[in-house]
Parts: sequence; C-alpha cells; structure tokens
Amino acid sequence: MAAPMKITVTVTLKNGVLDPQGRAIESALKGLGFGGVEGARVGKIIELDVADGTTRETVEAMAKQLLANTVIENFRIDMP
Amino acid sequence: MKAAVIVFPGSNCDRDLADAITKVTGRAPAMIWHRETDLPEGLDFIGIPGGFSYGDYLRSGAMAARSPVMQAVIKAAGQGRAVLGICNGFQVLTEAGLLPGALMRNAGLDFVCRDVTLTVETSQSIFTSRYAAGEQVTIPVAHHDGNYTADATTLDRLEGEGRIAFRYAEPVNGSARDIAGILSDAGNVLGMMPHPERLIEPEQGGTDGRRLFEAAMMALA
Repeated sequence: MAAPMKITVTVTLKNGVLDPQGRAIESALKGLGFGGVEGARVGKIIELDVADGTTRETVEAMAKQLLANTVIENFRIDMP
Repeated sequence: MKAAVIVFPGSNCDRDLADAITKVTGRAPAMIWHRETDLPEGLDFIGIPGGFSYGDYLRSGAMAARSPVMQAVIKAAGQGRAVLGICNGFQVLTEAGLLPGALMRNAGLDFVCRDVTLTVETSQSIFTSRYAAGEQVTIPVAHHDGNYTADATTLDRLEGEGRIAFRYAEPVNGSARDIAGILSDAGNVLGMMPHPERLIEPEQGGTDGRRLFEAAMMALA
C-alpha cells in the first residue's frame, strides 16, 4: 500500500480583514520589549494525510468547501 | 405554526428556543438531531439555536454548516420556509451560505455577555413586523464571535435592500456598521447575534424578544 501523502493547507486572513488576535499579539510582543514588530496576523495550518495521487484540484475543493471561509480567508496548499 | 429546532452536539440554547416557541405559539417544535437528512413534512419555521456547535472547531458554525441536517435546511430555505438563526445559529447560516458575510472574533477579544440596546431597522419582515422601525429594544448577547464582517459592496446592498434587521445602538463587538442581525434576499432567513428567546416572559427580565416569535407566528400560522 502506498504511503499517504502529506499536504499542508495554510489558512490566513485576507488583507484588509481586521485581525484582533494579531493586534493583541503585536502589542504583547512590543510590551515584552521586542522593537520593530510592525504587524502580526494569525492563521492556521491544517496538515492532511491523503492517498497518494490525490490531485491539487481535490485539495482545493476541500479548502473551498470547508477548510477556509473564503469570505474572509485565503488559503495556500503545499503538496509534494 | 409547525416549527423545528435543530440540535447539534454543543448546542446549548436549543431548549430555551423550544420553550420560547412553545410559549408563544402553544405548540412544541420538533427537535431535530444534526444527523437527520430529512425534516418533518409541512414545516413553517426552522430555528437554529445558540451554543458551541461541534465545539466551535475550525471556525464557529463551520462544522455544523456541513452537517447532514443543514443540507435539508438549505433546501427548505430555498423553498421559502422561515429560518431563524440565533447567535451560533447566525454563524451557522453565514457558514452555510444562507446569509452573506462572516462572524469573526469580537474586536475587543472579550466574550461579551450582557443586555444590549438594539435599534430595529425594519418592520418589513416576517420576523420584525411586530416592532416599529427605529424602535429600541433591549435583548441580551452572549458571544465571542459576533463581529460581523462583509465587503463594502455587500454591506451597501444589505442597507439598500432593507436587509439589516437589527443594529447595536452602540458598538458591542466591532461589527461592521453595528450590524446585529440580517435578512436573506428573499427575507425568509434571519440571522442575529442577540438572544430574543431569552426574553419571552416578565420573569426573564423583559419581553422584548417575544414579539419576534409572535410576528413569525402571525405570518406563518
């Protein structure tokens, strides 16, 4: 049996969508004395183990139908 | 009025919503579990309750929106059945594509749990006909993800088409244009963050929520 393929889907907020969590992180980093932090955005990474041969189109469909809310989020697929 | 309340794992306002419907209409709703693929025949009204469906995994409402029962709800909404989503129910309706936009983490990052003053923006809907446009009512909110977001075109369209049902009288959670509740383009779907089902009888501290259910009953009975 072929080993499953590892795929990473990275979901990030679209530009222009306010990210209160990112802002809180930015401000906390500044509070810790880290200068030069000009922004922080929070996203999520979803690691999938899928059958070898799964197409990028299939993974895109997964991202569009569930993994990302495309009203507010972008996604990036990294696969071998 | 023949009603149903959808129950997801993690729903926690389903019985409050069922009580509200029963008290106002005199008829208890059917409680429909999330794995059902069909709804009872002849439904007039479907309630999607508040809570934390599926533990808010991935995004609030995201998993519930893809559950088997929601496919039946989407179909029923398309046939013109009245659908009311409260709090997590509103999040489910946006995730399911029945309402535009999305509900994000509150701007202040706090879970907001208190009475808020709402302005009724339209009385021209099956849910709001018992309120006067411009009237202020007090209804509680209890949410972490109530920050309504949509692109400017969508927001303009909602305003232009009279589809903003309720607005916060003052900012509560960072919501775009202080939107607290919106209607679908056909007007038969309402999503709102505040909890009208919690204000049905004077013992609950007020009855401002009752008229929403009375309006639906008058329109649908």
